[in-house]
Amino acid sequence: MSQFYTSTDHFVLIPAIMLALFGCAVLLFDFWLFPNPKHRKGLLVFVVLGLVFTGIGLGRQYVYLQESGTREIIAFHGALTVDNFSLFFNAIFLISALVVAIVSYRYLEIEGEHHGEYYGLILLAQCGMYFLACGTDLVTLFVGLELMALSFYILVGFLRGEKRSNEAAMKYLLLGAFSSGVLAYGFSLLYGISGSTDLRSVGAVIAARNPWDPIVLLALTTTAVGLLFKVSAVPFHMWAPDVYEGAPTTVTAYLSVGSKAASFAFLLRIFLGPMATLREVWEPVLIAIAVLSLTVGNLAAISQSNIKRLLAYSSISHAGYILLGLIAGNQTGIMGVGVYILVYTFMTLGAFLVIVALRRHELMGEDIDDLSGLMHKSPGYAVLMLIFLLSLAGIPPTAGFIGKYFIFLALIETGHYVLAVVATLYVAVSLYYYFRLVRSMFVGDPTVEAPLATSYGLRLALAVTGALTVAIGVYPEPFLWLARW
Amino acid sequence: MSEHLLSLVLLTPLAGMLLLLLIPSSKTTLIKIWANVSAFAGFAVSLLLLTRFDRTSGDFQMVERADWIPAIGLKYALGIDGISLLLVLLTTLMGFLAVLSSWNAVEDRVKSYYAMLLLQQTGMIGVFLALDFLLFYVFWEIVLVPMYFIIGVWGGHRKLYAAIKFFLYTMAGSVLMLLGILTLYFQHYQQFGFYTFEISGLMKLSLPLGLQQWVFWSLFIGFAIKVPMFPFHTWLPDAHVEAPTAGSVILAAVLLKMGTYGFIRFSLPLLPDASVDGVIVQVLAGLSIIAILYGALASLMQQDWKKLVAYSSVSHLGFCTLGIFALNPNGIAGSIIQQINHGISTGMLFLIVGVIYERRHTREIGEYGGLAHVMPNYAKVFAFAMFSSAGLPLLNGFVGEFTILQGAFEANRIWAAFAVVGIILGAAYLLWLYQRTMLGQVTNAKNLGLPDLSVREWAVFLPLIAWALWIGVYPKPYFDVLDKPVTRIVERVRPGYFEALTQSSAAVAGDVR
Repeated sequence: MSQFYTSTDHFVLIPAIMLALFGCAVLLFDFWLFPNPKHRKGLLVFVVLGLVFTGIGLGRQYVYLQESGTREIIAFHGALTVDNFSLFFNAIFLISALVVAIVSYRYLEIEGEHHGEYYGLILLAQCGMYFLACGTDLVTLFVGLELMALSFYILVGFLRGEKRSNEAAMKYLLLGAFSSGVLAYGFSLLYGISGSTDLRSVGAVIAARNPWDPIVLLALTTTAVGLLFKVSAVPFHMWAPDVYEGAPTTVTAYLSVGSKAASFAFLLRIFLGPMATLREVWEPVLIAIAVLSLTVGNLAAISQSNIKRLLAYSSISHAGYILLGLIAGNQTGIMGVGVYILVYTFMTLGAFLVIVALRRHELMGEDIDDLSGLMHKSPGYAVLMLIFLLSLAGIPPTAGFIGKYFIFLALIETGHYVLAVVATLYVAVSLYYYFRLVRSMFVGDPTVEAPLATSYGLRLALAVTGALTVAIGVYPEPFLWLARW
Repeated sequence: MSEHLLSLVLLTPLAGMLLLLLIPSSKTTLIKIWANVSAFAGFAVSLLLLTRFDRTSGDFQMVERADWIPAIGLKYALGIDGISLLLVLLTTLMGFLAVLSSWNAVEDRVKSYYAMLLLQQTGMIGVFLALDFLLFYVFWEIVLVPMYFIIGVWGGHRKLYAAIKFFLYTMAGSVLMLLGILTLYFQHYQQFGFYTFEISGLMKLSLPLGLQQWVFWSLFIGFAIKVPMFPFHTWLPDAHVEAPTAGSVILAAVLLKMGTYGFIRFSLPLLPDASVDGVIVQVLAGLSIIAILYGALASLMQQDWKKLVAYSSVSHLGFCTLGIFALNPNGIAGSIIQQINHGISTGMLFLIVGVIYERRHTREIGEYGGLAHVMPNYAKVFAFAMFSSAGLPLLNGFVGEFTILQGAFEANRIWAAFAVVGIILGAAYLLWLYQRTMLGQVTNAKNLGLPDLSVREWAVFLPLIAWALWIGVYPKPYFDVLDKPVTRIVERVRPGYFEALTQSSAAVAGDVR
């Protein structure tokens, strides 16, 4: 340990080291140790082991924060910060990566594209997410974002034989690279204004300047565009439906949960950090973007027949709700954002898991009609899907209601009555398309005989996400404390 | 157990449902028996409430209070007063009868069907017992989902359309209601420094009139859609026509009352200034009168038996809301009695349609005629239900309508005049319906061999007939039970109302002397 790499630095970096180490090791082991497809289960065990080590690293950080009573651990001269915020998001990333990894096994077998690098990329993407949650330095954040995004470009196109997957990867790559470029431009301006890449110093300089200074405005706009693209808020959402549809379903799940949560962590770090003093500038713009996201997301979802596309649009509208919490901006609102992201993780993961199970050798299982008669064939899955959909729509006593509750309350507390009315009415709209799935499952007759493609991992993951979706709805008390940063 | 009686009443149907889920789907008879047993147990347990209820008190009784989510101040708070007592008893009885009436009507996915009915039962009871506004909202929403399935899975030809329409309408109303609830909740925090949804806490708020009006309208949308009041009623005929018989019975007898109950329990006491605001009262009374007349006129036009009864519900519920916004003891007490009456008589009318639908699988009024010759007992029961619904003296409908009219007359004579027209129209569409279906010669050969009421069907109708007679002949116990809570509400919205009344009656007495 030297002054350039202190023990604190090491302590903060351990989870990222684990992820990177295991991620790279998976790639190598795939060649050396498990070249025989029969031994691939060993690879999965290895991945889970990596995630467990990461979890231990995070757990130690948590214990340290609790015991020392400090609010944050700052490492690398302010480039990385571990606080409740970062731990909260990292826990979400860890859970989603774990779930995605264990359900991918069977799914990739069915798709006939089972390769070791898939797991490596999942771990590397999570490594990028780690830096997005902890990073408090423009360069660190940008590198983290690119590591995550690059891993996803490959993961999205993982079904090499499938046109849609290739198309999705290409689209995501081009648009993603473009948005990263815009973001990097914004960062360069921030650096130019402040002469520092540290978020705290950048914030101090911006706070001292006139918010309507053109150069500040330009930096804010370009940064915001890059961030809003990543969270797929309208009008930067174009990529989402195609990418969600084309990507392997497990990757879609990872994208819509892990990547989205990471992007929101990034967005919150910027908007609650250096940009906080510019609230009067960005609040009206974010209001417009949130309302547009709700409108486009909900209205476009109505006419979808592909479930993955439908969930893509629904996730756009959820981004709108999360932004509303940021717009309200008071304590309830920020806590609401945290609760919403937590809740969103479980219900969205759960819904995608059911779709993963619908994919069988001879059937894509992505159309609403493919759900038809699910209640007859596999009542357990149908009931779980019902719970996830009710939760997505925000009906009590499911988790989704708790998420929306805080957002609505925050809007009322801050006097955004019109926004609150708009946001609540879109709940009714969203019910319409979520219940198209319910209708198909419960009223329709089974059209396909083949049983669902399940595995122990899938059932376990479904049980956990389902139980949490109900538990957070019925007794949210312990979970609310998690989301108080 | 005695101090948890309300929880027992609330959770009995839910426990029945959970046990029902353990029975294999193939054993349909066992499922039916068990569903009937649990629904009856729910009713029997609710009768225990009568033994413990203290009618001399206007307070909430048998109160149970426990923290549920302390972080947001949500409490599991249950309590009962005269108003909720009657509605809970109506719910448990109608819930049991709905289950009993379904024995032959539902053969498909029996297990899910009864599970939904029982789950819904718990939701409805919870709505009437909750003393915490958010808890009320949670139960309110829980009711929606089973009803969606009951209509959507076991309904008629256009069931999916009707089910989603019902769901979306009610949901749009209830989320707006949620905003009203949250506004009150936040105001409470600002004034008292802590968060609570409890009615007793929210009643301490002092809110400016403007804010009260906004909150009133937001709650209004939620409740009015549920009632349904005039411009929001369009979901009702569809839902009723497509729902299976038990669904219609529950919908008419209990679900609609959730809206009127909401007005009485929440809008009036929590927003007293808005509730007596001139514009609001005029609008609400106006909408009620439109509903009374429009519902009756629409009933006259119907070719579909069930749709006719559905529109008659709109008309009858118009009386209930008119009584509430007369804002005097007669009006409100009459409104509650009429809610019970409507549950009994319209419940019976829907069951009557169900009986004939099970035999003939059509609801076209033109298909029938002269049924009194073929099914004499059926015709007698129908006649009874018809008179009860039309408000014949000595039957329940009369008591409720008369009291509401008294209240309306006191508030505004023109209202009463319009409402009376509604009663006449009500008699007209019911008598005409009876004439077209029951009287005359049997014109359709298909109707010749229809069997009369079975024992099970009698068992469904008899309790309702008995109850209707009781209210009609001796309504005093009902008014006794309602007296104290209604007085409280009137005092809350019109402080000084009773003093003015005693003074004026003293003055009248003085003049006579």
